[in-house]
Amino acid sequence: MSDEPLALTVEGLHKSFRIPEHQVSTLKERALHPFRRTKFHDLDVLRGIDFSVDRGEFFGIVGRNGSGKSTLLKCMAGIYRPEAGAIRVAGRLAPFIELGVGFNADLTAYENVQINAVMMGLSTREAKRRFDEIIDFAELRDYLDLKLKNYSSGMQVRLAFATMVQADADVMLVDEVLAVGDAAFQQKCLDVFWDLRERGKTIVLVTHDMSTVERFCHRAMFIRHGEIELIGDPRQVGLAYLDANFGRTDVQVADDADSPAVTLNAGWIEAEGVIADSARSGAEFVVHLDLSFHLDCEDPYLVLTLEDEAGVPVTGFTSDFQLERVTDGHNVIVRARLEGELANGRYHARMRITRGSGRQHVLADAPAVVMLHVHGATDDLVGAVGLPRTIEVDNRAPAPAAAGPEEGTE
Amino acid sequence: MSTVDLTLHERLEAAGPELKQISGPGAFGGGFKRFWSLVWLIAVTDFRLSYFGSALGYVWSLARPLLLFAVLYTVFSQVAKIGDEITNYPVLLLMNIMFYNFFSDATNGCVTAIVFRENLVRKMQFPRMVMPIATVLTAFFNLLSAMVVVFVFMLIYGVDPMWTWLLLPVGLAPLVMLAMGIGLLVSALFVRFRDVQPIWAVFSTALFYASPVLYTIDNVNDEVKTVLQHNPLTGILESLRKWMVDPDAPGGITALGGYSSAIVPVLGCIVIIVLGVVVFNRESKRAAEML
Repeated sequence: MSDEPLALTVEGLHKSFRIPEHQVSTLKERALHPFRRTKFHDLDVLRGIDFSVDRGEFFGIVGRNGSGKSTLLKCMAGIYRPEAGAIRVAGRLAPFIELGVGFNADLTAYENVQINAVMMGLSTREAKRRFDEIIDFAELRDYLDLKLKNYSSGMQVRLAFATMVQADADVMLVDEVLAVGDAAFQQKCLDVFWDLRERGKTIVLVTHDMSTVERFCHRAMFIRHGEIELIGDPRQVGLAYLDANFGRTDVQVADDADSPAVTLNAGWIEAEGVIADSARSGAEFVVHLDLSFHLDCEDPYLVLTLEDEAGVPVTGFTSDFQLERVTDGHNVIVRARLEGELANGRYHARMRITRGSGRQHVLADAPAVVMLHVHGATDDLVGAVGLPRTIEVDNRAPAPAAAGPEEGTE
Repeated sequence: MSTVDLTLHERLEAAGPELKQISGPGAFGGGFKRFWSLVWLIAVTDFRLSYFGSALGYVWSLARPLLLFAVLYTVFSQVAKIGDEITNYPVLLLMNIMFYNFFSDATNGCVTAIVFRENLVRKMQFPRMVMPIATVLTAFFNLLSAMVVVFVFMLIYGVDPMWTWLLLPVGLAPLVMLAMGIGLLVSALFVRFRDVQPIWAVFSTALFYASPVLYTIDNVNDEVKTVLQHNPLTGILESLRKWMVDPDAPGGITALGGYSSAIVPVLGCIVIIVLGVVVFNRESKRAAEML
């Protein structure tokens, strides 16, 4: 625990939703069956969440869909009422669950910004005063008098993000808003987040993108089934999260369904030095595998293929294990490094263990040991992979003779 | 774990009052100033949207009550002949239509005030009561601009200006409060029961004929009068009639049958307002989850 003052504390938070088994949604039904008790079953979404965030801290919350992370955010934002527990905040807290909530297409940028900023807790006077900064940040000064419906969606997002930044809350709760906008705007968002971090703002970021958490957060928390699985160093949390997502898998012997040939203890991808499930096209990334063998075999070979969504191999690795013979219980760590342009899309790595390098005798075959989302490929990538390449074009002005008729008119 | 809890507890105590507990969603909260800034901003922009959305915004917003007035006036002065017995009947009819139009717009608008702004309710933190109150305020702005037309019509028709015109706010205050109470009630109920909307639309149309809008309390038979004396709108509309167009009219209290029997509709009015606030306050805590 640090000496910084506390910015946000959550103690013993419980939240459950009552799911009616038979929904009574009209007065008519209520009048027809006045004594029918609606049966409910309670869905426990959060079960005892305790944590605190220091002032100036960037705190990441990760979890899979349905783990309760968004519900936790809405409880902290004061949108949902928890059944038990207390949430305390120092200063003004503003939630950013979605950019541009409540923007009205028939109003101008000015009116929308005023309403949005007051919603986020600014006073009317402050909202007026900051309008210029918001418009400059959003780079929309030339379009001031347009109604919002005449803005492109990108311009609306820029306006919303600018309002959010200028709302200047002491504690900001951010839910995956970084996933919008074009590449240039995303870069600007990232810059802003760095800037906020420098200025000592407290930010709680909810995401399922591990690379964002590792890049920005001082600490992170992993939520699973409404409980805290781990709080601490982003890298540790990232590993735990990826481990929980992909988990330990046993890979069967190819022709024997009962006995596992290999157990995959962990498999993850590191892109630009951080654990990630996404990588920029052209950036270096490393596939990490932690394997345990359960068989005795001579001359084992590893074939690791990167396949696209359709299962078409794009590229791959092959290696021996530096062993003549592998025995039961052998533990192997593999790091496969790849650098090169890939087309945008989802990829998975297929792992095969073969006897000998001939690839005929397959001992074990795991169709998807790790997943990777590649983004940010440039326009000059043609096809699936970018190999080192150059292209030369010579152009010659048309010979005067060929262009004769046009020039001859003078 | 216990050591961590202890340090957290110690740090909490050290932080003192600076750490404020979040009370969760509710009807109020966030301070009086923020509440009114939001109500005002939303009401003003909604009002401007309805007027500046089309070229003839102001004319269009008056067209509906004015057309209704033309039809009803023709029927009740030429066919049913009620109007002959009432002093300044055309002026009274136009004014009453504007008042009822406000009541109907405000309450029917409130029905959907929370549900139609579902996106805001589920993603922003703000005092929930802002939405229905802003809806009532927008309808009130519309009433004020309609009153300009009513006053012009009064002067053209030849109603002599009276000092009791100054009592207009006193008469409008209970009307606005009643509309707000009902508005809060129906907007909270609509989150739970989706047939509140058609039910209230029919009910408010029926109430138009069950209130002294087209006629007055002194030209109906005794059975109807007894029913009218339980309607909170009767006292309000009859008071305004006396103050605005006809000093010889019985006035609100007399119309309700004197002070002793006026207690019933006045209490009814207060009960509706209190009930509206209580029900809305209760429902608003869960509104975001039920949408």
